[in-house]
Amino acid sequence: MSLSAHRPLLRFESVSVVAGSGAALLVDVDAEVVAGMITVVAGPSGAGKSTLLRLGDRLDIPTGGRVLFEGIDITEMDPCALRRTIGMVFQRPVLFAGSVADNLRVADPHASAERLESALEQVGLDGSLLGRIGDDLSGGEAQRVCIARTLLTDPKVVLMDEPTSSLDPANRRAIESLARELADRGLGIMWVSHDHDQVARLADRLVVLRDGRRVGEAEAGAYLDDVGALESDGDGSHEDPPGDLP
Amino acid sequence: MNSTHIGWAGLAGSFTLIVIAMALSVWQRLRLSRSIAWAAARAAAQLLAVGWALRLVLDPDASVLWAWAWVVVMVVFAGATLRQRAPEVPGIWWLGTLSMATVILVSLSVIFGFGVFPIEGRTIVPLAGMMIGNSMTSCVLVGRRIVAEFSERRDEIEARLALGQTWRDAARPYTGAALRTALVPQIETTKAVGLVFLPGAMTGLVLAGVDALDAVTIQLALMYLVLGSVATSVTVIGLGLTRQLFTPDHRLRRLDRPATSS
Repeated sequence: MSLSAHRPLLRFESVSVVAGSGAALLVDVDAEVVAGMITVVAGPSGAGKSTLLRLGDRLDIPTGGRVLFEGIDITEMDPCALRRTIGMVFQRPVLFAGSVADNLRVADPHASAERLESALEQVGLDGSLLGRIGDDLSGGEAQRVCIARTLLTDPKVVLMDEPTSSLDPANRRAIESLARELADRGLGIMWVSHDHDQVARLADRLVVLRDGRRVGEAEAGAYLDDVGALESDGDGSHEDPPGDLP
Repeated sequence: MNSTHIGWAGLAGSFTLIVIAMALSVWQRLRLSRSIAWAAARAAAQLLAVGWALRLVLDPDASVLWAWAWVVVMVVFAGATLRQRAPEVPGIWWLGTLSMATVILVSLSVIFGFGVFPIEGRTIVPLAGMMIGNSMTSCVLVGRRIVAEFSERRDEIEARLALGQTWRDAARPYTGAALRTALVPQIETTKAVGLVFLPGAMTGLVLAGVDALDAVTIQLALMYLVLGSVATSVTVIGLGLTRQLFTPDHRLRRLDRPATSS
């Protein structure tokens, strides 16, 4: 993928979030999601990672700063249309009552069976799963169905909030590979993780949060050094070094 | 003593049943005898006061406006009572008042529009009281159920919003479930009437010497009125509350736990 394909899609400009209790959840955080790359948001529990992600899908709004999608303030966009363009995958797979097909049709009520099968195949699942009840799926299958459901809205950005935290290592790797495939197809991925090894495996760009603030590049670098850094990532297929340098 | 006038002696005689209830409480060491006595005394005081006021309102010579004023007071008190009973439901006071006002408007328009009963103080006040009284429990139920459902299913609702659904579409399965929960008891009551129990109005009419078939038709009209009222009030509260739980930009407001975590 050429560097020109790495255009900015979603940009967080000095976003702050103050909770109702007065606690600062995010303070003046800048971050960017670009096409064709995985931006990992890392940091300890309570650092504000999920809060940042939710701002991107307008499930919450910042008390300061703004979020731009393709240069437009997202508060000026229709929220429903925005959320179909910016997909979100949650930490725990959330399946609705009914079959896998019912779940997928929440994203696209008029989708044909072929389109649903194709969506499942995109995430490495067999089309025969369409008739299965959501409760009968394994954790890994359920999360993949959630990703397939999100992809049915044809998003340009996918925000993934620790999507593998409840999965076994094999499923974890499979979902990571899927995120990489999506990025290679040109989607912008923002992936929240506090798993150091995973950060090292996935991050094309890195945002490290601590106590609601984004740490500087030096500290972010140290964060990676602490965990063996990206040098140990044998992949070597990515063009850009880690570190979000918007 | 005729069948419509039991007199003070008759009332005192019926009090014997309260004494029996208190005796049972003492015998079984339930420690409820004071509560039973208090409930009986309070009911007597409230109803006697209402009876005295109703005499003035229902006087055939009194203006029907007094009856309507009485209904307005009932609606406002119903809203306040709902707030007392379900303080955890946001906006229950104004939603309750609105739903009761809607119920009165819709139901009485139908009843009086079709000439089921004449527009008189003696019909307006009891009918309004019956509709409001029967709707209260269902309103509390639907309010609590929606708050619980939206707290427990927050993940699902936000997942739907994240797929681009409007607040209305995202909420529909959960609001619908709460509405069904609140309506089913009244539907079951309507189905069981006559087989399992004889409802109060009909019993009262029969006791008052009215022909049984006349009593049945009046009771049926009242049952339909009550079912329609409960459905209306529950729907107004359910939809109003649901709307209130979302922001104009289709975000689910926080209920009992923070929406953000990391």
